[in-house]
Amino acid sequence: MIAMQATTGRATDAAASPVPAFMTRDVCVFYGQKQALTNVSLDIHRNQVTSLIGPSGCGKSTYLRCLNRMNDIIDGCRVTGSILLDGQDIYAGSMDVVHLRARVGMVFQKPNPFPKSIFENVAYGPRIHGIAKDKTELEAIVHNSLEKAGLLAEVKDRMDQPGTGLSGGQQQRLCIARAIAVQPEVILMDEPCSALDPIATARIEELIDELREHFAIVIVTHSMQQAARVSQRTGFFHLGILVETGDTEQIFTNPRDKRTQDYITGRFG
Amino acid sequence: MGSEHTVKSFDEELRRLDNMLAEMGGLAEVQLQSALEALIRRDTEKAAEIVANDRRLDHLEAEVDQHTIAMLARRQPMAKDLREIVGALKVASMIERIGDYAKNVAKRTAAIAEMPPVPSAQTVVRLGGLAQQMVKDVLDAYLSRDLDQAKSVRARDRELDALYTSIFRELLTYMMEDPRNISACTHLLFVAKHIERIGDHATNIAEIVHFLVTGEMPADERPRQDESEMTIVTAHTTGGEN
Amino acid sequence: MSNSANGAALPGAGGLGSIFDARQQVSEAVSAGLKRRYARERRFRLYGMLATLFAVVVLGILLFTIIRTGLPAFTQTMIKLSVTLYPQEIDPKGDRDPQTLSSADYQRLVRDALDDYFPDVTSRNDRRELFAMISPGATYVIRSMVMADPSLIGKRIEIEVPLKDDIDQFAKGKIDREADQANRRVSDKQIGWYQRLVDRDLIVSRFNTTLFTAGDSRSPELAGIWGAVVGSFWTMTLTLLMSFPLAVGAAVYLEEFAPKNRWTDVIEVNINNLAAVPSIVFGLLGLAVFIGFFGVPRSSPMVGALVLTLMTLPIIIIASRAALKSVPPSIREAALGVGASKMQATLHHVLPLAMPGMLTGTILGMAHALGETAPLLMIGMVAFIVDIPSGPLNSATVMPVQIYLWSDAPERAFIERASAAIMVLLGFLTVMNLLAVALRKRFEKRW
Repeated sequence: MIAMQATTGRATDAAASPVPAFMTRDVCVFYGQKQALTNVSLDIHRNQVTSLIGPSGCGKSTYLRCLNRMNDIIDGCRVTGSILLDGQDIYAGSMDVVHLRARVGMVFQKPNPFPKSIFENVAYGPRIHGIAKDKTELEAIVHNSLEKAGLLAEVKDRMDQPGTGLSGGQQQRLCIARAIAVQPEVILMDEPCSALDPIATARIEELIDELREHFAIVIVTHSMQQAARVSQRTGFFHLGILVETGDTEQIFTNPRDKRTQDYITGRFG
Repeated sequence: MGSEHTVKSFDEELRRLDNMLAEMGGLAEVQLQSALEALIRRDTEKAAEIVANDRRLDHLEAEVDQHTIAMLARRQPMAKDLREIVGALKVASMIERIGDYAKNVAKRTAAIAEMPPVPSAQTVVRLGGLAQQMVKDVLDAYLSRDLDQAKSVRARDRELDALYTSIFRELLTYMMEDPRNISACTHLLFVAKHIERIGDHATNIAEIVHFLVTGEMPADERPRQDESEMTIVTAHTTGGEN
Repeated sequence: MSNSANGAALPGAGGLGSIFDARQQVSEAVSAGLKRRYARERRFRLYGMLATLFAVVVLGILLFTIIRTGLPAFTQTMIKLSVTLYPQEIDPKGDRDPQTLSSADYQRLVRDALDDYFPDVTSRNDRRELFAMISPGATYVIRSMVMADPSLIGKRIEIEVPLKDDIDQFAKGKIDREADQANRRVSDKQIGWYQRLVDRDLIVSRFNTTLFTAGDSRSPELAGIWGAVVGSFWTMTLTLLMSFPLAVGAAVYLEEFAPKNRWTDVIEVNINNLAAVPSIVFGLLGLAVFIGFFGVPRSSPMVGALVLTLMTLPIIIIASRAALKSVPPSIREAALGVGASKMQATLHHVLPLAMPGMLTGTILGMAHALGETAPLLMIGMVAFIVDIPSGPLNSATVMPVQIYLWSDAPERAFIERASAAIMVLLGFLTVMNLLAVALRKRFEKRW
């Protein structure tokens, strides 16, 4: 009934799978003088959903945005420590941001389709990267991505209509289709269901579980129930520190750290 | 119970759950004690009373069930809370079982009272005393989440089992000595078995306390001294069967 | 456990009774103040309404005055003449040489035609007065007819030619008939002759096409706004061509690419300052730099456009930056998230979404420039220019300057035309502003 994990109190991740997709060690993030993240060491494994939970402002989104260098946009943001994607340091000079973001897709909190047609939304990524050789190939990629995102049946008759005309849940799945159209290795999701109703949320969660077969997925969520439902591993952030990581089952039945315990049982003052 | 929940009514509900279990535990203790007293005094009237009182325990258990299910649905508890609630659910059903066994003991008392006394009855009462102490201690341990006390209860099960095995042997011997004893001894044997089961449930509760406090079930193998399954008393045949 | 009564939660509330008392008090206090609050609200609304009313009334008066003054300018009083095109006068050699046709004495033909109407006017002075009633434009009318169709020579043609502006004003009732002759620009005799012409049905009022087709002129009845319109057109086109790309480029750089540091702050403050600089300063700058240093032709739409570009640049930059700011960051993130470069994200997604806002800002900036006068005075666009400018380097004037010139002229008819020109200019500005509103409505928040 209770998974046993032979980890000690320190929140360092030393889990099973051989080569993690992401290996991060001692990641610190500073916004100007303010330190937002302190010494986060975490592994993101393939074919697994890793969920990051914690109270608002705990640094979980900041950490997520380090993984595809989305923090670069913010002025005065500085990242130290090592973040290795397949053994390559993504903050090294040899790593191109554009290329990195093709390998590490992202889905945002609010569904943000481009105000363009459904087809164009999905085709945009492959098009700018020059993935498809011709129009038929591009169409195949778009179809495939929509299929994987579980949206094809709903939109195949109206591919030329604006993506913004879809419902919230459909828009979010469109964004997922857009992300997977460039065949990333990792998909980052920043509270992907916070703007959706429970049914749409359930569909996204089901989709996340299916996508796990092909991608490593990292999801930041405010809903502990959601983290418990969709993820295999969970990391708990608090005040910029990764307090505890472990198998989701263990975190939610028997957390090791008092702070984790207090947070997930709703005891934070 | 450490720091409080942000949602105060959740604490309230958990406290209520504890109160319900305390009430159940107290009732079960009283039932057990009365059953043992009735057994000593061969008091059939009291025994009947005990049988009637058991319904109250059943009611309480149903109430706990309902309360925990509602909490699971409404609070979606995690971690320690989850363990508390699931643990309470299990403990309630164990206390209810203890109550059932006390009732069964009382039922047998009615039959035993009709028959001539058997000398082993005193030993059975001693077994009962042991079990009663275990139940009392384990309920205390549960209500105060006292890991050490729970461990000690768990260790005492060995003693109980050993005593039970010896009673078993003793009763078999009596039965072989004089077939007229068989009826009374069989009843007594059942009483002893019930008491032994009560001890098992107390041990189970001790394990749940361990789980509540540490998040894990006790790692070591459960102590077992009940060798009645393997007990053979020579002469003719007959072996113990559960 | 279940004491849900809100009162019980209050420490020291002292039972339910006092809660009810407290509620009673609150309710009384609320109802006591209610009347005053509503009165204050009504007064506040009234002030707002009065302010709006004031603005509307002032605007109404302005428009009413302009229209009342300007409306008569759209008609022109004409006289019907029956002109005989004597071949010996126009083309004595009969070879139809355009040179000869062009330089013939058409004025004489006009005078002959008038003499036919008034055989009784013989004295030299009277005849001069009589001939002065007809606009010098009459000869141009005949000449252009003959030039266009030389076969008319030798025939008698019926034409309508404009009367001189003073007579036109008299015809429109703008000159007081009862006033002393010395104090009015139309003599008693002219009034008499005019009356005879009216009696013989020879005076007609026609739509004033000259106003829309001619350039400036010394004679009000021959002056038109077309030269100024074309000058404005060239100036605006050039201003648009120069300011829009520059402003959008600057706005995109500042908003999307530039690091946010002290330098960009300084630039931002300066741009905002620039938008507030008096426009005459830009004129001085244009005079010194563009004309004095770079030698751009004076009075040309080119130099006007350069000056107006400087003036509208900050307006468009500010509007464009606001438009860029209003594009939600989620769109940028979405584009960057699938691996678009910064430039791709900007060009493919942000700019198209910001474009309506930028265009609105541009149109408003252009409308502003269209109505601008002061800086153009400094660079010589205030000159009297009869010819329609044919290119950006010709001397030209623009609508507001033309209005300025006319409103300064002594002739009453010019004042009238200035108002008419204002109406036309307001028409243009209204169209531009409507366009801006339509753009904004059309593309408002589609995401």
